[in-house]
Amino acid sequence: MNGKRIVDRSGSVLIFRLLVAFLASVPLLVLVINIAGQSLGPDPGQEVTESLGIAAFQLLIVTLCMTPLKRWTGWAGWIRVRRMLGLFAFFYALLHVVAFLQFILGWSDLWATFTKRPYIVAGALSFVMLIPLALTSTKGMMRRLGKNWKPLHKLVYPIVVAAWIHFIWQARSDIGEMVVYGLVIVGLLALRWKWSGARGLIPFART
Amino acid sequence: MFIKKRPSWALPSSEITPESIYLNRRQFMSGTVAVAAGLSVPGLLSAAKLPVPGEALDFVPMPGFSTDEEKTPFEDVTRYNNFYEFGTGKGDPAKYADEMTVDPWSVVVEGECDRPGKYALEDLLKPHEYQERVYRLRCVEAWSMVIPWIGIPLADILKRLEPTSRAKYVYFETLYDPDQMRGQRSLFSTIDWPYQEGLRMDEAMNELSFLAVGLYGKTMPNQNGAPIRLVVPWKYGFKSIKSIVKIRFQEERPKTTWEMLAPREYGFYANVNPEVDHPRWSQKRERRLPSGLLSPNYMETVKFNGYGEQVADLYKGMDLSKFY
Repeated sequence: MNGKRIVDRSGSVLIFRLLVAFLASVPLLVLVINIAGQSLGPDPGQEVTESLGIAAFQLLIVTLCMTPLKRWTGWAGWIRVRRMLGLFAFFYALLHVVAFLQFILGWSDLWATFTKRPYIVAGALSFVMLIPLALTSTKGMMRRLGKNWKPLHKLVYPIVVAAWIHFIWQARSDIGEMVVYGLVIVGLLALRWKWSGARGLIPFART
Repeated sequence: MFIKKRPSWALPSSEITPESIYLNRRQFMSGTVAVAAGLSVPGLLSAAKLPVPGEALDFVPMPGFSTDEEKTPFEDVTRYNNFYEFGTGKGDPAKYADEMTVDPWSVVVEGECDRPGKYALEDLLKPHEYQERVYRLRCVEAWSMVIPWIGIPLADILKRLEPTSRAKYVYFETLYDPDQMRGQRSLFSTIDWPYQEGLRMDEAMNELSFLAVGLYGKTMPNQNGAPIRLVVPWKYGFKSIKSIVKIRFQEERPKTTWEMLAPREYGFYANVNPEVDHPRWSQKRERRLPSGLLSPNYMETVKFNGYGEQVADLYKGMDLSKFY
C-alpha cells in the first residue's frame, strides 16, 4: 500500500526494526540474566511464568498501537514492525504456557486446571487464538488468504481482551495495574470503532 | 509499684523455671489494673526481652512444636511476603515495611473480657518466656515455608486478659495507617482496611496457636508482621494476621477481611485442606520454598497442614467443604 514510502526510508526503517527487535528481546534477556544470577527469589518458577506472561501481554498491546501510530504520524515504519511485534508476543506467550505447565503445574492436574480454573481458561483461549495468527503471519500466507487475511487477524481484539481477563481474574485484591491496562485496551479498541465502526472489531467480518 | 513485689523478674529468662513464670503471671495480674488504666511501665525489669528490631531474643526451644523438615532460609522468609499493607508484590513488604514504626506499640484489648484496656506491647509480653517453634506455613496461593518463630502461646496471653463466658470468638486487627503503609493508600485496592481476622475461642486456645514476636532467634522483621503477629499453622497463611493492634473478645463470629472480599473463595475457617480447592486454583499440592527452576520442590498438601493430631478434634462433625 505504501510501497514507495517504505523503499524511500528503508534505511531508517531497518534501523528502527533492529531497535524494536532489541527492545522486544529485553524481557527475555533480563529473565536469562536473572536466572543465571539466581536472583529470582525463592519461587523462581512463578517469577519466570509471570514475567513471560506479562511480556506477552505488553507486546500484544504495543502491537495494537502500531496502526494508530501509523495513522497519526503517517510513517510506514510502524506497520513494518507490527508483524514482528505480534510474533514476539506469540513467542513470549508460548514460553509462558510452557513455563506454566513445567514450573507451576508440573504437567499434573491438566484436565482439572483447564476445566475448572476460569482465569486459566481465559488465558488458554487467548493463546489458542494467537496460534492461527502466528501461522498466517508470513507473506505467503497473507497472499494466499488475500482479502480474508484482515478479517481473520481481527481475532487480535478478542485475544487481548481475553488476556486482560486472564490477568484481572488472578488479582487477589489490588486491581490498579490491570485497570490501567484495561483503559489502554479500551482506548485502542475505541479507535478501531471510530475508524471502521463496530464491524471493525468483529473477527471474520468484512469492513 | 507492682515491680517491687516481683524481684524474681530480674532473673534472666534462662534461669526461670516454668513454675516461677506461672507465679509471675498470677502476680502480674494483680497489677494489670494499673496497666489497663494507662500507666505503662516500659523497659523496666522484664523477664522477656523487648522487641527491638533485629535484636537477638532469649527463648526456649520447643522440640514438641518443631519439625525436622528443612527450614526456609532467613533471606527467603524475609524477602518473599504477602503483606498487602505494603503492596501486592512479593518483594514489596521487604522494600517498604521499614516505613512502619513499631516502637512504641500498643495493643487495644476490648470486648468480653475482664481486663480490657490499651496495653503497651512490653506489658503484654513481659511476664512470659519466649518459645521457639518451627512451624510449616502454607499460603492459600499454594506455596509453603518452614519458619522458626519466636513467641508466646496465644492461650497464655488470652487467659491473662480473662475472657468472660460470653467470649466465643476472638477478633484481631492490623494497624491502619496509610502514612506508614503505602498499600493502604492505593486507590484500586479492593480491601477494606484495616485487615481483620478472627478465631473461634477453642481454636485460639489450641496449643498450636502462637503470638510471634520474632523469627530465626531475632525480633520480627517489619515485613513479617512486626512487632507482634499471629501464627496458626494449620490454617492458610492469611489467617496469621500481622502487626496486631487490637484484640477483641466477642460473642458473635467476626467477619474477616478475605471473607468479606470474596466469600466464595475464602471462608472464616480457612483450614489447610487439599480436598477443598480454591475456586481459582487447586490446593492439592504446594511448592515448598525455596523451589528451584529445574527441580521444582513440589509436595502433596496435607490436611490441616499436617497438624491434624492437634486440631482435627476442633472440627468434628463439621462439613469442611461447607465451612472452608
